[in-house]
Amino acid sequence: MALDEIKIGGLGASRRRVEDNRFIRGKGNYVDDIVLSGMLHMEILRSPVAHARIKSIDVSKAYDIPGVRLVLTGEMMAARNLAWMPTLSYDTQAVLATDKVRFQGQEVAAVIADDPYIAKDACQAIVVEYEQLPVIVNPFQAMESGSEVIRDDKENQPGNKVFDWEIGDKAATDKAFAEADVISKMELHYPRSHPSPMETCGSIADFNRATGKLTVYMTSQAPHIVRAAVAMVAELPEHMIRIVSPDLGGGFGNKVPIYPGYVISILASILTERPVKWIEDKTGNLISTGFGRDVYLQGEMALRKDGKMLGMRMRTISDHGAFYADAQPSKFKIGLMHSTFACYDIPAAHLESVGYYTNKAPGGVAYRCSFRVTEAMFFQERMVHAAANDLGMDQAEFRRMNLVKDDMFPYRTAFGFLTDSGQYGKCLDIGMKAIGYDTYKAEQEEARKRGKLLGIGISTMTEPLGAGNSREYDILGIKMFDSAELRVHMSGKAILRTGAMNQGQGHQTTWAQIVAHELGIPADDVTVEEGDTDTAPFGMGTYASRSTPVAGAAVAMVARKIRAKARKIAAHLLEVSEEDIEWELGRFYVRSNKERGVTIQDCALAAYSNMPDGMEPGLENNAYYDPPNLTWPFAAYFVKVEVDAETGVWDVLKVVAVDDCGVRINPMVVEGQIMGGLTEAYAMASMQYQTYDDEGNCIGSNYMDYLLPTAWETPGFELHEVVTPCPHHPIGAKGVGECATVAGPAAFVNAVVDALGHLGVRNIDMPMMPNRVYEALTTGKDISGMPPVKMGD
Amino acid sequence: MYPSRFGYESPKTVEEAVAILDAHGGEAKVLAGGQSLVPMLKLRFAAPEMLVDINSIEGLRYHRVDADGTIRIGALCRHEDLEEDDAVAKAVPTIAAAAPLVADPIVRTRGTFVGSVCHADPQGDWAAAMTALGGHIVAQGPKGKRDIPMKDFVIGPFQNTLAFNEIAVEAVIPAPKGVRVGNYLKLERRVGDFATASVAVALDMVGDTVANAGIALAGVGGRTINANDAASGLIGKKLTAENISSVAAAVAAAAEPRTDHRGSADYKRQIVKTFVERILTGLANSSQKAA
Repeated sequence: MALDEIKIGGLGASRRRVEDNRFIRGKGNYVDDIVLSGMLHMEILRSPVAHARIKSIDVSKAYDIPGVRLVLTGEMMAARNLAWMPTLSYDTQAVLATDKVRFQGQEVAAVIADDPYIAKDACQAIVVEYEQLPVIVNPFQAMESGSEVIRDDKENQPGNKVFDWEIGDKAATDKAFAEADVISKMELHYPRSHPSPMETCGSIADFNRATGKLTVYMTSQAPHIVRAAVAMVAELPEHMIRIVSPDLGGGFGNKVPIYPGYVISILASILTERPVKWIEDKTGNLISTGFGRDVYLQGEMALRKDGKMLGMRMRTISDHGAFYADAQPSKFKIGLMHSTFACYDIPAAHLESVGYYTNKAPGGVAYRCSFRVTEAMFFQERMVHAAANDLGMDQAEFRRMNLVKDDMFPYRTAFGFLTDSGQYGKCLDIGMKAIGYDTYKAEQEEARKRGKLLGIGISTMTEPLGAGNSREYDILGIKMFDSAELRVHMSGKAILRTGAMNQGQGHQTTWAQIVAHELGIPADDVTVEEGDTDTAPFGMGTYASRSTPVAGAAVAMVARKIRAKARKIAAHLLEVSEEDIEWELGRFYVRSNKERGVTIQDCALAAYSNMPDGMEPGLENNAYYDPPNLTWPFAAYFVKVEVDAETGVWDVLKVVAVDDCGVRINPMVVEGQIMGGLTEAYAMASMQYQTYDDEGNCIGSNYMDYLLPTAWETPGFELHEVVTPCPHHPIGAKGVGECATVAGPAAFVNAVVDALGHLGVRNIDMPMMPNRVYEALTTGKDISGMPPVKMGD
Repeated sequence: MYPSRFGYESPKTVEEAVAILDAHGGEAKVLAGGQSLVPMLKLRFAAPEMLVDINSIEGLRYHRVDADGTIRIGALCRHEDLEEDDAVAKAVPTIAAAAPLVADPIVRTRGTFVGSVCHADPQGDWAAAMTALGGHIVAQGPKGKRDIPMKDFVIGPFQNTLAFNEIAVEAVIPAPKGVRVGNYLKLERRVGDFATASVAVALDMVGDTVANAGIALAGVGGRTINANDAASGLIGKKLTAENISSVAAAVAAAAEPRTDHRGSADYKRQIVKTFVERILTGLANSSQKAA
């Protein structure tokens, strides 16, 4: 008898998360929980100013404090060729500042002491003399001719420009616009935000001079990439470097880049020959580590008067801070921005992007998104909302008319992506029914008569999740595949290791479910390990919703290799030829006699005790998976709000989310991901942004100023599902972790703009704080964070 | 959390605590709930030489309504004590309305009412409520106790008039001259945020006539805004739409908001005006219902 897949925790089982047991008991093992013998503590002195030449650094008073072991400055790093390090985007970043500081919070010196109190005291005793320079806090200042050049360390640096990039067919797009009946325009700013994981970044570097081995415990979403980078920077051979990411307290893209603190702690351990722990404080995390977004988006859409989309153009101006430390595939300067409009059937499209340096923290990380997809989809859905209004068409019907139809897959987008599957119209229908779209227009009219402003916002999108394939996607030249290694013990229990890195996604739970699905080994019998480069197979880590599409596929593939070997063993045990063997979940049997069979556990035991002649013993294997394409989940989100006309406060009345992420490995985990993502979408729409004053002071250096929503104000979410299996993924799954963060914000903004639409308001830039909404509704004007600008130069 | 080094004493009596404060000549700080002080220590914004933890002093965690209607709140009364107590809710509706809006539930389990008033944050809820209610603080120093009326207690941002060797041991709200009604409204960007603007209203009603009126504001000035003069326009009058509207305008004019990332000065005035109108209209409607 085949096993009941749900009972063994296979695909589709809402199995409780294995990792939660230790997390809720306070038994997790985070970097800061690790204590090594003789360990010293490091604190970083950060720049209080945004742009200044360093005239002098006097560390003598720091050494006067008992317990201070070492004070590192940029000069000392430079003497070891470590003052600068490569970023993941082929730029360089200062480890400790030598010549200038280029943003507030930049690393200037580090103290290594017996305890963190002493280290902090000593940081305060370091005297740094700064000569202030003009500060640039947005790309418009950066692009002005004659403005201060921030990166004067680089040869041939053209002003403050980071890159110019374009994609798409310009001629075809120009033609579409020339032939359009209606041209609809939109311009917005997607404000800078910070991923802000609860656990900040940190590391413990432990260099053992006797063995020559460097072990670094650290908060990394991509430990193998870090090992490669450390090998480059520290000039240590790879086999002498072990990176261990233990439990991570969230990542959201913030823990992809390599930070100065990691590198400094490594040098400190080499110099002191003792383990050195660095745990960043919350302010350090908020003001210096990888941010998300900060892009100005402008564009327009060519439309036929019946509503058919003919073409779109988009221009982006992005603010990258002082160093181009984006984390994204090398080939794409502004990430996958060109995935914009991928769910719509548009014949022609063109995108131009320009990036600038500013005196702000570096980053441009994929904050819970697949490399700038969040900005792409936010622009898309705000543009679509405006276009429907310009045409006088219903929001839902305009989308329905232009969404890619079920029978058009695989569909090649104007920018060259190949979307593979979906039932977009069905998702739209389910969402409309759930939000009460039929009666809504009348309800809105009626409410307006009572002075109440009701609005519904829709956001529909597909996004590219699961980089690579290796043809197009690499980071620093390393192709974006992923891996899994499965070892089945003789009792039929197993250990699985992958090249991904869990940071809350629930890999320990869900990877075991894939093994259960493929082999019939109960999920509870499978241990999952990640994050130790000495034991895990090489992988590119977890971000951009790539785990299930890539590493998850590798898990299925390695399990299938195991099953293939087990089948040979089964034939041997059953004394029939392999061709006469059939498989059902957990069991091989003889085709002619179903009663005669052996379980996968029987095969596992035999692999160690009774293998066929000539067969290599053991039951283990690995798989490296290079995906043929990205996966393309679809989301349709509906938000209903009521705006208080006297205060600008908006209340969320209902949120409906319809997600099609293909086959769901663990529905409960998927729902958790969607709810978390919607919470972040609500955060972005309502309160969460990172801003700077004219002097480059970061307003948002703590949680009283950088707002994260709490359970009290976050609305409830109604979730629905549609399942269109991914045609190329081994188990039909698509990425999902980020859909809600990506498509959610536009649904909230569209709802508030819809509530105010009759007043002539076309746009309110995020965050839609009550004062901004009030200003829009009293003036009838757009509230834009975007200064007027001539695009291109 | 890695604050600067500090000494720590945990006295058993107020007298002992006062003596320690006195000995440190202004370099000591009183630790009650710690919900403002500890974050400041953490960020090293505050670096006192000595912390005087008053949590071991018996008899300071109380709040009660005296027979004559006077409300007394001890130095260690936590926000949640007031939030969960029906007797206080009945006696002082302004306090009852504000209690669930102070910070977030986590802070409210530990933070103290008196400590919050002493902290004198211009965005603080309790200093506004106390000002509207015409309360006073009982301070104890080396020479004994003295009463400090709210109007003389908070004099600027984070500035109160306690001497360095005095401890605020009690907050007192006087008995009403009639039936006390009131409310508190706050606009915040999220739970736990400081107020963009908030309005505390406390009225004593005799029949449908206002016998005493207090209004104070938080978040709209460099200190708690005492709008009691503006509120006094209601005394001897009924809560008609016209009276409400003119007081709301007067209170909004008394606000001293600044434009910042929470909104423009005009916007904050608009919120004050709207909140005053909403509170007074609500009180007028419920007194009509009661009658």
